[in-house]
Amino acid sequence: MLLTHDIEFTLNGVTKKLTIDVTMNALDMLRDVVGLTGTKYGCGEGECGACTIRVDGETRNSCLMFAVDFDGRDIVTIEGLAADPKADALRESFVEHGAVQCGFCTPGMVMQASHILDTHPDADAETIKRGLEGNLCRCTGYKKIVDAVESACCGGR
Amino acid sequence: MTAIERYAAPQNLDEALGILQQGEVTILAGGTDLMPQTKAGRIAFKPTLMNIGRIAGLKGVTLDGEHLRIGALTTISELLRDPLVAQHAAVLAEACDHFASDQIRNAGTLGGNINNASPAGDTLVPLIVLDAEVELASKPNGSVATRRMPLAEFFTGPGRTKRAANELLTAVRIPLPKPGHVARFYKFGTRPALDISTISIGIAGIKRDGALTDTRVAFGAVAPTPVRAPRTEAALEGRRLDAAAIEAAADAARDEVNPIDDVRASAWYRKELIHNMTRRMLDHVAHA
Repeated sequence: MLLTHDIEFTLNGVTKKLTIDVTMNALDMLRDVVGLTGTKYGCGEGECGACTIRVDGETRNSCLMFAVDFDGRDIVTIEGLAADPKADALRESFVEHGAVQCGFCTPGMVMQASHILDTHPDADAETIKRGLEGNLCRCTGYKKIVDAVESACCGGR
Repeated sequence: MTAIERYAAPQNLDEALGILQQGEVTILAGGTDLMPQTKAGRIAFKPTLMNIGRIAGLKGVTLDGEHLRIGALTTISELLRDPLVAQHAAVLAEACDHFASDQIRNAGTLGGNINNASPAGDTLVPLIVLDAEVELASKPNGSVATRRMPLAEFFTGPGRTKRAANELLTAVRIPLPKPGHVARFYKFGTRPALDISTISIGIAGIKRDGALTDTRVAFGAVAPTPVRAPRTEAALEGRRLDAAAIEAAADAARDEVNPIDDVRASAWYRKELIHNMTRRMLDHVAHA
């Protein structure tokens, strides 16, 4: 028998109450229980960053997080960021720079990029590369992604 | 097979120690090690899963007399930007900068990195050369008891420590550095991010008139636990850091470590790395 637990948290600005298996990871809960599939399963062990979400403002690998630990926390996923006008510049910049090819890493990249821009509003290319070091992309070779984030930073330079 | 009977998220230390006292508890903090290890079956859940992440008293960095006190739940990101750590334990912040990725640093805690007890744990080697102690709390007879132990003596094997089942690691204490204190950390990996050390080296001491005293040398990923290197320390202690002393210490380091072959490197390569990088670090200390 799997032990379940009741949790209550804020998901993209909306209060959510769920009963979940205490060993479930947050990524599986988001995708399979809540039905938000924008957050991707890449490696399942924190190496690739495709599952990046914001937890109380900080980015985390949702695959490494216990879903029960969402209790009482403020969670933002790529779906929440998509609805946030503050992220418009970043999203448009990704499109403009062709920073997307297959798109699988993109939700995690954009989530992490938004965190970099929040914590380092004047980020240069080096800071952006360090900030994105936990996100793998197997298509673009990163240059276009770094360019996109740098250009979204301070409204472009 | 998972057989968790109880999930608890205590709000304070007293409550957490009470739960530990009842026995058979898996402790969850950041989850970055526990999640993959339980998923892969390398660790089995005990009947109680206790999430200590809500215990506010286990977070933060403070000055405690002649010590820097770091709460066990302080994340690696918090260490990286903490002004007291930057001032009194810069070598720890340096190691945190080489730690995994931003997402993992935001989740992983210092107490978790210590209790995971990996021979390659990034914070362990710098903490050992800083003479860090761990603080362990328990509640055996209804009242809280605390003991302290040098971190260098805490590890007994990969994933194993001297923490008793009813104890919680509450904090790390680091003595404030004396005048002339120098400390260096080096981690060798194949890429800067998300890499597990092939080897790591910590060197610290009081530098006066070109010589080191109170010398501390520790190595990661060359033994079942992070280890201090007493023969390398003895080769350096009180000697002027000239070319001959540095070469003798680097030789002692190579002879003293007993690494294994694994996916990251052969034992031979690890010994060469220890020799060459110890020499390079000591050169830097000598010319600092």
